[in-house]
Formats: sequence, C-alpha cells, structure tokens
Amino acid sequence: MKVKMLSWNPDNYVRETKLDLQRVPRNYDPTLHPFEVPREHVRALNATKLERVFAKPFLASLDGHRDGVNCLAKHPKNLATVLSGACNGEVRIWNLTQRNCIRTIQAHEGFVRGICTRFCGNSFFTVGDDKTVKQWKMDGPGYGEEEEPLHTILGKTVYTGIDHHWKEAVFASCGQQVDIWDEQRTNPICSMTWGFDSISSVKFNPVETFLLGSCASDRNIVLYDMRQATPLKKVILDMRTNTICWNPMEAFSFTAANEDYNLYTFDMRALDTPVMVHMDHVSAVLDVDYSPTGKEFVSASFDKSIRIFPVDKSQSREVYHTKRMQHVIRVKWTSNSKYIMCGSDEMNIRLWKANASEKLGVLTSREKAAKDYNQKLKEKFQHYPHIKRIARHRHLPKSIYSQIQEQRIMKEARRRKEVNHIKHSKPGSVPIVSEKKKHIVAVVK
Amino acid sequence: METAPKPGSDVPPKKDKLQTKRKKPRRYWEEETVPTTDGASPGPPCNKKNRGPQRPKNAHILKKSRISKKPQVPKKPREWKNPESQRSLSGAQDPFPGPAPVPVEVVQKFCRIDKSRKLPRSKAKTRSRLEVAEAEEEETSIKAARSELLLAEEPGFLEGEDGEDTAKICQADIVEAVDIASAAKHFDLNLRQFGPYRLNYSRTGRHLAFGGRRGHVAALDWVTKKLMCEINVMEAVRDIRFLHSEALLAVAQNRWLHIYDNQGIELHCIRRCDRVTRLEFLPFHFLLATASETGFLTYLDVSVGKIVAALNARAGRLDVMSQNPYNAVIHLGHSNGTVSLWSPAMKEPLAKILCHRGGVRAVAVDSTGTYMATSGLDHQLKIFDLRGTYQPLSTRTLPHGAGHLAFSQRGLLVAGMGDVVNIWAGQGKASPPSLEQPYLTHRLSGPVHGLQFCPFEDVLGVGHSGGITSMLVPGAGEPNFDGLESNPYRSRKQRQEWEVKALLEKVPAELICLDPRALAEVDVISLEQGKKERIERLGYDPEAKAPFQPKPKQKGRSSTASLVKRKRKVMDEEHRDKVRQSLQQQQQQQKEAKAKSTGARPSALDRFVR
Repeated sequence: MKVKMLSWNPDNYVRETKLDLQRVPRNYDPTLHPFEVPREHVRALNATKLERVFAKPFLASLDGHRDGVNCLAKHPKNLATVLSGACNGEVRIWNLTQRNCIRTIQAHEGFVRGICTRFCGNSFFTVGDDKTVKQWKMDGPGYGEEEEPLHTILGKTVYTGIDHHWKEAVFASCGQQVDIWDEQRTNPICSMTWGFDSISSVKFNPVETFLLGSCASDRNIVLYDMRQATPLKKVILDMRTNTICWNPMEAFSFTAANEDYNLYTFDMRALDTPVMVHMDHVSAVLDVDYSPTGKEFVSASFDKSIRIFPVDKSQSREVYHTKRMQHVIRVKWTSNSKYIMCGSDEMNIRLWKANASEKLGVLTSREKAAKDYNQKLKEKFQHYPHIKRIARHRHLPKSIYSQIQEQRIMKEARRRKEVNHIKHSKPGSVPIVSEKKKHIVAVVK
Repeated sequence: METAPKPGSDVPPKKDKLQTKRKKPRRYWEEETVPTTDGASPGPPCNKKNRGPQRPKNAHILKKSRISKKPQVPKKPREWKNPESQRSLSGAQDPFPGPAPVPVEVVQKFCRIDKSRKLPRSKAKTRSRLEVAEAEEEETSIKAARSELLLAEEPGFLEGEDGEDTAKICQADIVEAVDIASAAKHFDLNLRQFGPYRLNYSRTGRHLAFGGRRGHVAALDWVTKKLMCEINVMEAVRDIRFLHSEALLAVAQNRWLHIYDNQGIELHCIRRCDRVTRLEFLPFHFLLATASETGFLTYLDVSVGKIVAALNARAGRLDVMSQNPYNAVIHLGHSNGTVSLWSPAMKEPLAKILCHRGGVRAVAVDSTGTYMATSGLDHQLKIFDLRGTYQPLSTRTLPHGAGHLAFSQRGLLVAGMGDVVNIWAGQGKASPPSLEQPYLTHRLSGPVHGLQFCPFEDVLGVGHSGGITSMLVPGAGEPNFDGLESNPYRSRKQRQEWEVKALLEKVPAELICLDPRALAEVDVISLEQGKKERIERLGYDPEAKAPFQPKPKQKGRSSTASLVKRKRKVMDEEHRDKVRQSLQQQQQQQKEAKAKSTGARPSALDRFVR
C-alpha cells in the first residue's frame, strides 16, 4: 500500500513574526474562483460608483483680472507658469503651484486679442486692439527698470490672433489677412488672404510645422503652407468657426469649434466630410484645445460650461461647470495632460482636473494596482446598461439641462419630418445625407 | 536556435552525443559542473561550439509539452531569436532558452473564450477590438497555466500494491501508514446521547459545526480540537450550516431557523423560515437557502436580513437539497423521482430532471458543476451530466441504496448507505467518478446522517447516530488553496478584511442562472431586435450595402454605355455568387440526407432502388 495524505506544514503558510507580511499563496484554478464574471461585474459596478463619488474636478480659481479673460497661453518649458490676457489690455503671469499672480503688465489699450509664448520660453508675444504686436520678456524687469516690451510692431489693421512657430523664429498673426513675420523684422514676410473677411484665429501645426490653419468669419477654415505664398485649400461650413486646434499627435487632423454648437474633427486630406461631429454643447463653442496625448480635447462654450470629448466619439465624456462661471472664452489643456484651465467672462481663470475622479499626489504601489485594476474593469463592463447609466450621469445646471431637452425635441421633430419625407417620396429620389456631410457647404482648392 | 527542440528530432541521438561527450578528457573544473547545469558554469572557450546542440537529458519532456500547435500562442520573444544574444558574458549558453513551455491541457483549463461560437458580423473596429481582447485572454491563460508550476503541494493518493484492492484497506491501516499530523485528523466523537448528527465544515476547512437530532449544537476548530461553543437548544435540530465565515452559524430547529454566533449566543430567530429541513449557504451571494416541510424554498439574504424569494416547489415536503457550487443553482429532490433546479430569479424551476423511478433520496453536485449524483428509493445511484444534456452517464444499483451523497473538491463521490460509507474515485479532477469499484469503504457505529468532505484536507466528516467520525480519504482535498479566496491559515485581521471585500462584491441574487458566464456573452437576440426596430423607425437600413456606383473615368471612357456595362458586370458577379452559395447549400443538404439514410438499417430490397 502506498499512501500520501495532504499534510500542510503551517510554517509555509503562516508568517514567522508579527513584523513579516502575511503569506498569501495563490492558485488560479478556475474552480477555486467561481462566479468570475458576476463578481467582476459587481466590482466594476462598485468602481464606477466610486468614480462618481470621488469626481471632484474643481481645483482652484485664479482671480485678479479686472476684466474678462480673453486669451490664455501655456509656458512651453515650465508647467507651473500660465499667461493670460484680459479685455482691459492687462496681461498676467500666474504660478499654478502657488496659485497666485507673479507679474502684471498693462500690455495694450483695449483688448488683448492674442497671446503666445516663444518655443524657448524666454519671451512671449501679445496682440491687442491698439493695432500693435508686442514681444515681452518672460522674466520681470530688474529693480528700478521700466516694464517695457522687447519689441513693438505697429500695424495698419487690428490683429485678432497670434501664434508662434514651434521650432523657428517665425510667428503668424491674423486680422484682415494672415501675416507671417520674422521675429527680427517689422514687416511681415508674407501676407495671405482668401476672401475679405476678418480672420479670428490662426494656428501652427505642431507636427508639420510649416502648416497653418485659420478660420474666418465668412464661415470658412483655410489651410496654408508657410513655404508657398498662397493658401492651400479651404472648407466652408454652415456657420462660423471660432477657433481651430491641431492634433499634436496626428499631423493631419484638427478640430474646429463652431458657432452651430458643434465641433468638427477634420482630416486635412479629405475636408469634404469631417471625421467626427462632436455635438453636446447647447450654445456656440468658443475655444478648443487638445490634450498632449492627442486622444481627447476640451472645448469651451458660451453655455457656461466646458466639455471634454474623446477624438473618436461624438458625445462628450465630461462636462464641467460651476455656479459662478460665466461664458467661457478660452480653455487650455496643460502640457502634462493632467489639468485643464479655462478663462471666462467673469475675470477668473479656473483650474480643473482632466480626469475628475483622479487622486492627486503620490500613489502607493497598491493604490496604483487597485486603480489600474478598476480602470480595466470599468472598461470591460462599460457597455452594460446600468453601469453605463451611472458612468454617464452628470448633474447639469438648469439652464443647460432645459436647453438640452428643448434641442432634443427640435432635433427629433426635424428628423421625423425628414424620415416622413423619405417615406412618402419615390424610393431613391430623396438622398439620405449623413450628419457629417450636412454641415459642409463646399471645399475649395 | 529555437526555443525548444523540434518535434521531429529524436531522443536517442542526443543520448549518444552525451555519452560521446563524457568520453572526452575532462578538465578538473568541469567534472562536477557539467552534469548539473552547464549553462551557469564558466566553461573553457574551446568547448563552446560543441556545446551548442547539446541539451539536458530531460529535454524530450519539453517536446511533448510545448503548445506551439497554435501559431499565435507562444509569442517568441525577440531576445531569443538571435543566438548571439543568449550568450552571457562568461560565454555560457542558456540551456533552457525562451519562456517555460506550457502543456496544452493546462492552458485549456484556464481558457475562457469559446472560439467555436460564431459572433454576428460586426464593424471592423469592433472586430479588431474583439481580436485584441481574445489575444489578451489567451496570453493570460498561458500565464496562469505557467504559474501552475509554482504550486507547492501535491494531492494525496492511495495505491494498492499490484492487485490489492484499495477498498479493502481500512482506516486503521491508513492511520498507521501516514505521518502523525495526518493521523491526528482521524478521530471519533462518541456522542450516543443526542442522536444522529448533521455536520458542516466552514469554507476554509478549519472549523466544524455539528448538530444532533436531540438538540446538541457544537462548533469547534477541528484541527486543534479547540471547542468554540457547545449548547443544547432543547429542540430537534434538523440541519446546521456555517454562514460566510466561522463566526456565524445557522441552525434549522424544529420550529424556526436560528442563527448563533461562535460563542453560542443566539443572534436571530427567523420566523419567516419555519419547519426547515435542509439548509444551503451560497457564499458569493450571501444567500441562505432553506427547504421546508411546507414545500417552500426560501432564500434569505444574510447580509441585509431580507427574504429575497420564497418559491413554492409544489412538490410536498422538501428534504433533499444541494447546491451547485459552479452556478449557485439549488437542486431539490422530490418524492416523484424528479430533481428540480431553482434560482431565486424565477418562480418556476429552471429545469426538471426525471432521475429515478421512486423518490429521490440524495443529490450532490461536484465542484466544477459538470456532474450530479443522485440516489433514489429504487436503490440506484446515477451520475448525470449537467452540461446541457442532463443524461445519466453511469448507473449502479446498490444493495441498500444511498441515503446521503457528497462530492469532494477533487471529484471523489461518497455515499452513505446505512452504517457503511463508500467512496468512488474518477480519473482526475474533471472526470466523473467511476462506479465500478469503490475506492474506499468504511463501516461506522451507527447509520449515517450527514456527510461532508472537508475542503482543502483529505478528510471526510461523517455524522451518524453514534456521533461524528472524521475519516482519512487520501486524494480528496484540493492541495493548493488561494490565499485571497479561502485561506485556512488566515489571521483574524485577514478574515475581517476578506469579509469586507466579500460583502462589497456580493453578487446580486438575480444573476443566478444555469450559465454563470452568460453575463459576458454577446446578447445576439436583443442586438438583432434593436437593429430591426431601428430600421423600422428610420424607414431604411442604415447599414445596408449601397448599390454599386461606377466611378467616373476620364478621357471619354465614362460614356453611359460603359457605365451601364460596368454596373451590369458587378451585378452579374453578385448574382453568380448567390447562385453558387445556394448550390453549395443544396449539395450539403443532400450529403447530410444521404448520411442519414445510410445510417438506417439497409433493407434487402434496397438493391433494386435506382
């Protein structure tokens, strides 16, 4: 007879002293872990609920401006430094870690229309209603020195926006036309126009650095190549585009914030259909900025809220609002992709977390592991109806909520009419136009 | 150089090589190092080249156990492709390059995706995402299978010397043969006074609770034999069960259901559950299922104290009950010979299986949820397949019929017949026990009244009219526990933490169904339904393939005639495809029909059929 009994040696399973860690032997045999799917499902539900419980995105409000914040700029080298320009011509430089203003400049008379930093981070440019472009040093003046710009360029017309090249000493301004300037000269290297309307914003492409995009009030978005003297092509939309922002990871795609409450992500190679129409705002979208990962962008709207959209989704994943925040004019995603700043009409700059329920500060390895596990679970079960309901639920101010309801009814009515039209006409005689194509008027090359 | 030897290469030549190597004159430093690990030893540089093809003796094991049959499964890491890169600084070579090989059967055990099932046609994006998920799943199953190597303990066994029948080996022999610690696990409690006993082990296998018909209730740590509590409830005790931990104890008494803590203090008297005959606790749902004399199956949620469902089985007195540990479905045995399967989400049974000609006396389900053993008044013991067919796999007629049945963690089946206990064993963990020859038998001092295998131990607890017997059954228990799931050696703090976690992930009672993985399947039916509704709402199918529109061509080749021609070409092609498909279908049907007709017995007149 050969016999062997299961005989545990407790020394292998119990810790030796109280100071040791407890021993946890693992066995991944599925029969020892029954109900894997239902248990994971419950865990995912709990994780989703906790995410909503811990969603406290608002971090700080930076006050000090005496008029609405009209423009914002990030420092290219320093995460903590932010520049803002107000409607009374004042430019302020802020320190985000200390959450205070470190420098104030009366830069222009009238609005500061645009502000941008040089790629090296030593100086920045502002344009204002007083038809000037000014270059300033990032560091404040020494003791007893006057606060003075490094250079001032007097222009003939009002400039409405400015953006600096990402690698070279070249910047572009817009107004009646798009001007490209060498930093050393007082005249533009070249000016480009297409049509006669005022151009509201111009942006350099961060990847293909010779490309620019601009949007004008005659409802079009125009793309330029700096190396040639004429614009590349333009797309005309239903309504005016307020700003565009290039995707920092995909050279060819950009997003336009439109007056018709929508945002359009375009592939610049095929402008006749936008890649995605992002529709969630209930009023004109005023600004848009990409996350440095290129996967998401944030948009600011006249409806007193900011929303975060994934690039490939038409619905927003997050909406931020507070009681006191008025029309949001400018929004920026910080370079570490963790925070969002927005400047609004009521003179404040607000700092938000990009991920509302994220825990700030250092995480222990166990916390990190738990976070990753929960994240994966949430991803796995995100399409289950009651989990989706909890994850999507947001409290909205009454004005936005009722607007959404109203617009839903209007949209439904329009769609019903369209469907009836199709139903009662000869099959094929009424073309079915997709939502993406509906808003594009023409593409001109 | 590949990660493991090719299946074609044979073992003997290698041995020859080894032997020829051995004949070579050897340096003094080589003598001890080469036979053990030649990879780690810094050998002389002249020997390096010859050592390339040389392999350790056990290399042929790898050949069998590699899972390279599937092309994508073992992703060859790039580091091992280059033969130069595996040389260490000392010039030695890794004798076991690449990841450790994993046997296919083990990977199969951890596999969660059923690849045979076809999913409905989905968008390219969804499909690619599914593919990624599948690949991940496969990788995790390989990793889990590889981690089996780290399991420390081996299961027990009992083998007779050639021709010796293990059933003839009695407990005293086993006790004598095994070590002292294991021998101490065999004991008898002589409790003749308080009548036949029911018993229950806690989920970790450390604690034992038992209750006698005449009111004796006790709980003890049976390994150290430390008594936790002992009381007399002064009422008949029908059944006893630990709740989620050893701190709580449910006792079905003559009138009502009572809950005690581990000091014997009565915490609750649940009057909604009266005249309870059998108790089952579903640990992941925190449900206590009670079967009563009045014919009701009641589910009590012990975490909130609410009755989740009270189901009328409409089959008279219920006194045969067991749970399926795989899907938490309750199996009830009835006096008309049927076994019905219940879930709290449904008012009707999920399934009814006609098992016996007489009444059902006992039911047990194994830990994988594949096999169900039943015994009836017709003296038969049957093993049913629960994987959809519900057909008996094997049947055996016993002289007296079994009154109690239980499965062990490793698939051993025990039956209590009068005062005799028989144990049958199968081939392995996932195979049904073969009823030909018993594995062990044992005679007790009184008729059996309760049976349970102790989890994670090679021990069978038997409650009978003479008290409690703890039997040694080598090979019954799972040798390796999972510390986060049920740890026999957990401390108080660990138990408290586990309790909080377990309560947080309490599975809702509505999710109990026959297939616990159903929640992760694609809901094809409602998908189709949604599609249909959408088409109806819109008035057209948004996913329909647009009719072919020929592209305009330049240089005058875009005349109307050519456009029509191109259109016609595509249309014809599609038409031909359709015809081809339907032809194929027809042929297949004919083939099937032929196969069927040949299956029937041919008649002598068939030769005249043309």
